[in-house]
Amino acid sequence: MLADDLRGMFYIALKDLRAYYFKPPNISWGILFPFAFILAFAIRNPGDIRSLVPGLLALTILFGTSSMEAIVIVFERRIGALERLLLAPLRLPALLAGKLLGGMTFGLTVTLVVLAVSLVVFSASGTNWIMLFLALILSATAFSALGAFVSVAVKEVFEAQTLANFIRFPMMFLGGVFVPLASMPVWLQVIARLFPLTYSVEALHTALSGGTWTTAALDLGALAGFSVALFFLAVYTLARRIE
Amino acid sequence: MTEAIQVEGLTKVFVPGKGRPPLRAVDEIDFTVRQGEVFGFLGPNGAGKTSTIRMLTGLSRPTSGTARLLGLDLDKDLPRIKKRIGVVPEASNLYDELTAFDNLVFSMQLYGVPRIERRPRAIALLARFRLGEKRDTPFAKLSRGMKRALTIAAALAHRPPLVFLDEPTTGLDVMSARNLRQMIAGLREEGVTVFLTTHYLEEAERLCDRVAIIVKGRIVALDTVAGLRSGAQRKTIVEVTLADADSQQEKKRIECEDGVESAVRRLLSETGGRHVLAIDTLHPSLEDVFVQLTGLSAEVMLAEKGAKGGSNAGG
Repeated sequence: MLADDLRGMFYIALKDLRAYYFKPPNISWGILFPFAFILAFAIRNPGDIRSLVPGLLALTILFGTSSMEAIVIVFERRIGALERLLLAPLRLPALLAGKLLGGMTFGLTVTLVVLAVSLVVFSASGTNWIMLFLALILSATAFSALGAFVSVAVKEVFEAQTLANFIRFPMMFLGGVFVPLASMPVWLQVIARLFPLTYSVEALHTALSGGTWTTAALDLGALAGFSVALFFLAVYTLARRIE
Repeated sequence: MTEAIQVEGLTKVFVPGKGRPPLRAVDEIDFTVRQGEVFGFLGPNGAGKTSTIRMLTGLSRPTSGTARLLGLDLDKDLPRIKKRIGVVPEASNLYDELTAFDNLVFSMQLYGVPRIERRPRAIALLARFRLGEKRDTPFAKLSRGMKRALTIAAALAHRPPLVFLDEPTTGLDVMSARNLRQMIAGLREEGVTVFLTTHYLEEAERLCDRVAIIVKGRIVALDTVAGLRSGAQRKTIVEVTLADADSQQEKKRIECEDGVESAVRRLLSETGGRHVLAIDTLHPSLEDVFVQLTGLSAEVMLAEKGAKGGSNAGG
């Protein structure tokens, strides 16, 4: 059974990457959108562009993973293709894990391109590489799970896009991407702590500035917690929807 | 083991929500499907056909009752059952973005068909379903009939011994429907058990070894087509075609319980000097049986369905 689940997961992810993710509009949107935002803020405050890199990476993973992830499942449910997967010999968590894996792979690929460009422009000295990649993977998992939850929580593709933006945009402005958390009012800091993006930006900042594991532990733990919670919430919601 | 499907007391109750009464979509049905037969499951819209298929294929949990498929318990062995069944839903649901070939390969990947077998199996299935030339065409660009054929091919890709076909020819043109029926008949020759739902009674009559008719969640008849016919109408019907001097034709029918001869005599006494062109003995069709049991005609049933398929049953 486990072998069936793992095989199903792998091939679902592969199929999603081929069928939906690695398409030119998706790739260009995934890279250009975060760059455009960061550029807008950099023009306004050109002195401290380097400090925007963790936010740039976090935004790229957020939009790279969740943009398509948030609509793939609801789209497949609309056209009946999800039923094919539900009929296949694999369990529901494996099916959703396959969906997550596809979103994560795409998000990480796009982010690695953005990371490479950032490292060419800015110095990579002092970066804790293991922490950086762990933070990227955990961020991708959490955001992909968020996308999957959005996708199973609604019935229509446009509803998924609306809900995804309803969650992502407040998260983007409160998550420490453009404005450091410490400079926000306390009540906004409390709200910001409810978003996985906040922990992603902090963990990436710690990794890029060569911070210690102790500093990053809370952020990495929170990202892992969001990943698990959102994933099982998505499994539970989908199980209820299909019954 | 000679039963591919054994169902006992299978029930599905939907609870729609506050203020609305529960809906008994499937109500304690019992039936068996023998290995290697084509089993027709007929009924009007909302009768419980799709709910039954969804329960038997693991897409929906029964409220009560038991089912065994290929000797395995539906409740306990669902993953093993899923590996050994193929399902063709009413709507063709492969992936638009993938080619015909890739769709088949993906189906085989999901079901664990060994890598070395996938390519030749996909090519063989494309050839068998007359899609060889469309191998590299995306699913979205295939005609409706080709999409249907490919969806059936995908359901057979892992060589399941039991296949569920939900309205396989609905919406197809006459030739496509005819080709598909030949393919379904071919499955029986290979020993594959087929569970078929259809709105085309003529199709069921041609293809099915046995037929169950479900109405309002309950099975009201289950027999061979011949058995259903004989059970539905015990009286003899004789039809005489008459022509008058202007070659205007008229048909007269009469039911008679005491034999064909007396019926013919009675009809001939009513000819009124017209020529007798033909005398026929009529047997009830499956449609007659269906009308008798459900109170619906085939036309009404197709109209309910949105008459998606036109009149392809004649093909």
